[in-house]
This record gives sequence, C-alpha cells and structure tokens, in this order.
Amino acid sequence: MSELDKSELDELNSDADTALPDPLEMPVMVPDAMKDLHSFEAAPKHQNDLGFPGELVDDWQDVAIAKIGDLRQKYRSFRVYLDSCVKCGACTDKCHYYLGTGDPKNMPVARQDLLRSVYRRYYTIPGKIAPWLVGARDLTEDVLSEWYNYYHQCSQCRRCSVYCPYGIDTAEISMAAREIMDSVGKGQKYCNEIIGKVHSIGNNLGMPAKAIKATMEDFEEELEEDTGIPIKLPVDKKGADVLLVTPSADFFAEPHIDGLFGYAKVFHELGVDWTLSTTASEAGNFGMFIGSYDNMRKVSLRIREAALELGVKRIIFGECGHAWRVAYAFLNTLAGPWDFLDPKYPVPQHVCEFTFDAINDGKLEFDKTQNDHMTLTFHDSCNIARATRMGDKPGGQFEIPRAVIKAVCNNYHDMDEDTIKEGTVCCGGGGGILTDDLMDVRVKGAQPRMRALRKVTEEHGVTNLAAICAICKSQFTKVLPKYDFDMEAIQSVHQLVSNAIIMSDAPKEEETPAPESPAKSEDEPSPSSEADKKMDDPHQNDRIG
Amino acid sequence: MAYEIGGESIEHDEEGYLSDINQWTPELAGLLAKDEGIEMTDEHWEVINFLREYYEEYQIAPAIRVLVKALKKKFGPEKGSNKYLYELFPYGPAKQACKVGGLPKPTGCI
Repeated sequence: MSELDKSELDELNSDADTALPDPLEMPVMVPDAMKDLHSFEAAPKHQNDLGFPGELVDDWQDVAIAKIGDLRQKYRSFRVYLDSCVKCGACTDKCHYYLGTGDPKNMPVARQDLLRSVYRRYYTIPGKIAPWLVGARDLTEDVLSEWYNYYHQCSQCRRCSVYCPYGIDTAEISMAAREIMDSVGKGQKYCNEIIGKVHSIGNNLGMPAKAIKATMEDFEEELEEDTGIPIKLPVDKKGADVLLVTPSADFFAEPHIDGLFGYAKVFHELGVDWTLSTTASEAGNFGMFIGSYDNMRKVSLRIREAALELGVKRIIFGECGHAWRVAYAFLNTLAGPWDFLDPKYPVPQHVCEFTFDAINDGKLEFDKTQNDHMTLTFHDSCNIARATRMGDKPGGQFEIPRAVIKAVCNNYHDMDEDTIKEGTVCCGGGGGILTDDLMDVRVKGAQPRMRALRKVTEEHGVTNLAAICAICKSQFTKVLPKYDFDMEAIQSVHQLVSNAIIMSDAPKEEETPAPESPAKSEDEPSPSSEADKKMDDPHQNDRIG
Repeated sequence: MAYEIGGESIEHDEEGYLSDINQWTPELAGLLAKDEGIEMTDEHWEVINFLREYYEEYQIAPAIRVLVKALKKKFGPEKGSNKYLYELFPYGPAKQACKVGGLPKPTGCI
C-alpha cells in the first residue's frame, strides 16, 4: 500500500471509528456522587500563619454572612456574577469535573448556586421575604460542609465562563467561597500549609536557601556531564540582568527539572547574565486560589524584594500556569511600580516569549531530530489560556508555546479544537486541589483531557504531551497511568528545547548524547514509519517566523 | 491519630506523617513500612538512611534526581535509577520514603 493510500484509509477509519469516546461526552447524571469527598482541613497553625482563625469560630454564621456583604461591596464582579445568572444552562456540560463525575453539583451553575442561594437569603429582598420562591436558603452547618466539599472540586479553570453568555466566572465565586471559609476558620490544608511555607521559607516546597544552592550545584554538574560545557544555574547573583522566577517544582519534580535545564541552556547560549533568587524562589501564588488578596500580595512582594536586592533589570517567569496569571494581570498593582527595571522589556516576561523572540531573531539553532522519537501535542494550561496573553498579538498565549515546540520538534499534532486554546480542558489538578486526598476527583476530572489525548494518539500517532505549568505536569504524571499512558509521556516545553538546542560552545569532537528513549505507553500504537507521521500535519515542519 | 509502638503513642497527621519528626525510630519505620505494604530490606534502608542524612543537612528531602545520583555514586549504577526507586517505593519515592523515614511530606506543585 502506498503511503498516500494508507493516509487516506486512516482518515476514513478515524471518521468511522466509534470506539473512542468523545472527550466532551455528557455523562450519566449521578446525584451526590462526590458529596463526601472532603479535602483535609488546615490545622490551627496553618490557619494562623495566614492570619485566619485557627478553627471554626463560635459565631461563624454571622462572620460568614458579613464576609459575603464585605466581598459584595469590594468586588463588583462578585455581585454581578451572583445577581445575573438566568439559568440558561449553557455552562452545565462545560466543567471537566461534571463530565468526569456526573455529579450535578459539579455543574458550574450548581456550584455557583451553593453560594448564590445563601447570598439571596441575606442580601436580596425576595430572599429575605420568601426564600422558598427564589432558591434562597439559610447558612447552616450542612451548607458550610457542602461549600467546603464542592468548592474544593473546582480547579478555577474558567472554562465555564467562556461559554456563559453573561461571562459569569465560577472561579471567582469559588475563590470568594474559600475566602469566606478561611475567614471563619475552615481552611484547606493543602493550600494554606503551602502559603505558610512561602511566607516563612520562600517557596511552596519549603526548600531552604542552602538546599536550593546545593541542588543547583548538583544540577550544574549534571548539565556539564551531559553537554561538556559549564552551563550555570546561578543563585542570588547580584547585578545579574535577569531574575528568573520559576515554580519551585522546577527544582524538585520530573519533568519540571528538565524544563529548568532548558531555560538554563537558552540563557547560556544567548550569553544572558541571569539568576535565581532564594527569596523569590517560587513563581506560584496560591494566595489567588484561596481568594486572599493579602496573602497574594505578600507572596508577590517577595519578587519585588528580590529584584531590588539583586539589582536586576528584568524579570522572566518560568513555566507555571497560575503564576503567569498573577504576573501578567496583577503584578503591577500587587507589587509595583516596577520603574526600577529596564523599560525596554515587558514587565514581566514569560520564558516562552523570551525563547520565541530569540528563535525569531535567528539567535538559536536546533537539531530537531533530537526530538524525533516523539510526536508531540500541547496541553494549554487554563490560567495561561483564559486569563493571560503572550507576545503582542491576540492569541499569543496559544501560538507562542506551539511555535516554540514546532521550532524544536518535527512531529506535532493538536488535540480536538474544542479541547484546546480558549476551550482547553483542565488537567484536573489546578486551583489548589493537587493533593492526594482529592485524587478521586483529580482522576475523574482529567477524563476529558485524557480522552482527547487518546484520540490523537490513536489517530495521529501522538506519543507525548507538553505543558507549561508545574501543576499540569505533576497532575499528568499521576493521572496518565490511570488512563493507560506512561507517566513520563508529559514533557516540559523547555525540556524539548533542551533536547534540541545546539550549544555553540559545545566540544566539537564529542557528540552530544541523545536524549533517553521515548516515554510511551506499551499499548499505544506507534506510527509505522517516519513518513506516516509527517503526513498528518502539513504545518508540522514550519519554522517560526 | 497515633501509632502505637513499644507501649508508646506517636502522633501523626491525617496522611500518616509524624507530627513530631524527632519521635522517629528505626522500629517505627518497620511499622510505617508495613502500613504502606512494604517489606523493609537493606536496599530500603540505604534509601531511608540517605534521606535522613540529607534532611539533617538541608531541612528538606532531596529531589528524586538528586537522590538517584547520590545512590548511584554511593551504591553503584544498578541502584541509581528512578525505576529502582519506584520498585522499592511504588507510590513514589519522595512521598512514601519520606513517610517511612519519618520526614515531612514534600508539598507544592509536585
């Protein structure tokens, strides 16, 4: 059979194939399926470290109701979102947690109503007079418990808001609910313990300065062994031009570390004088997940402090989804003004923008065959896709990471259009729920993404997916095996860059070692030949520019 | 929530990590491992001992990659791989080995 015939046949087969479920298929409804999933609550110490009451306060109902009133005054959006829903139903099938669990309380409108019903009871005239007519209800212990369980089954991904005709943002309601719960002493352990660690140690991991330095020395050794050149990971280097603020997972987890190596190689190749900081050793900002402006600000101010202390000229953020939202959308009001930085550069800049610009300027060279053992797809991370931008054109947040991947890889194919870009389905672990005690909802919530991935693996021979978010990467290493993929199928975008970049000062006599063999599930079909792979996407060989 | 061992009661959190890491003993490690479905061997002890030494020095468990490299240097290439560590601690060497070794659970986006 000729290659063309085979490709045509494949296409016909894929159209006729009904065995693969639609990634966004409506589930069978199972009321209360997830009602008992209760994330561990924060201990008094975790609460107090963040300025919240240690445990449930005696007059918690009054405090919570007053807090709703406070938020209603402070955030106009909050009030508009609570007042404007017309129950049109457009959002009902847009949440990956509803699609994965079938629990109707995971429909965005129902999740909003958990809080809206209480707001109506105490802050609207009909709700005060005739609560039974307008879906208003008293704030009881059962309601509080329901809030706790279901507002920790929301990853604040904002997919539902894209389809809401009023633009109601469930993420903001979920953040507000968590803020109210924190204010009465019912916080979540995962988020609050971590924020406490950022305040006291400097990062989500709780990795002290001495450990960061030792780890970077270790990594430098590894980089030199691999490349034969002394690529540095400078820490607290005064007078450096660039401060790289990256998630601390990049110092600890896989495949995050390989992404860090990618940044380091790009900086080295371009001769950029850069540094990490032990003060600002975390890009992530869980203050946003719990809706706490004060905590979000305190975390952000560490970046300002580090930038001033080190005397840097510009700030670049590493691969972290929600960090880029905080950085892109809020950094100036949280921790600005940034008038001490060099005005020639955007404040802040994303590492993908930085690498993309260097590629466009022809300053980097790649051996794309180093990634030929893989066929990639890209998972758009929610916060980057729906809350930020990259570069200077609309949609840059979608195109720039893809452009970087295509500049370093020969084989690339997108997942279904309605599961990527602004319609991207969450990894299932964002928004402060990347914790073992919520594994059930994490696995179920990953179902739409895993189905979309399965489709491109079967139909287009995709072997790996790349992401630019520490949470996505960690979530995928855990959930991929549950869907019969290899945990190592997830790649950092800058890991792909790291594989392919040609270092101009590399020793010429030695060959650069090839990367490890493909990370791939045994039961994944592999394209029968190189030619087959190349048939799939006419743009895959595009060079950026 | 507490482990009962040798007539003593040792507090732990919801996930089984010790409330006070100073209360850890090698005997307790045996009990913790059993709870995780792990039969402790010399190989497990090599990892646990390294983790505890590292923690003593740096106040945090090492990244897996650092651990792998250190084990390779100390005990030879056949013991320096992710696969080897996952065989010893199937749920993930970072979290499971920390628990058995009496160290806090690593947190964050990991």
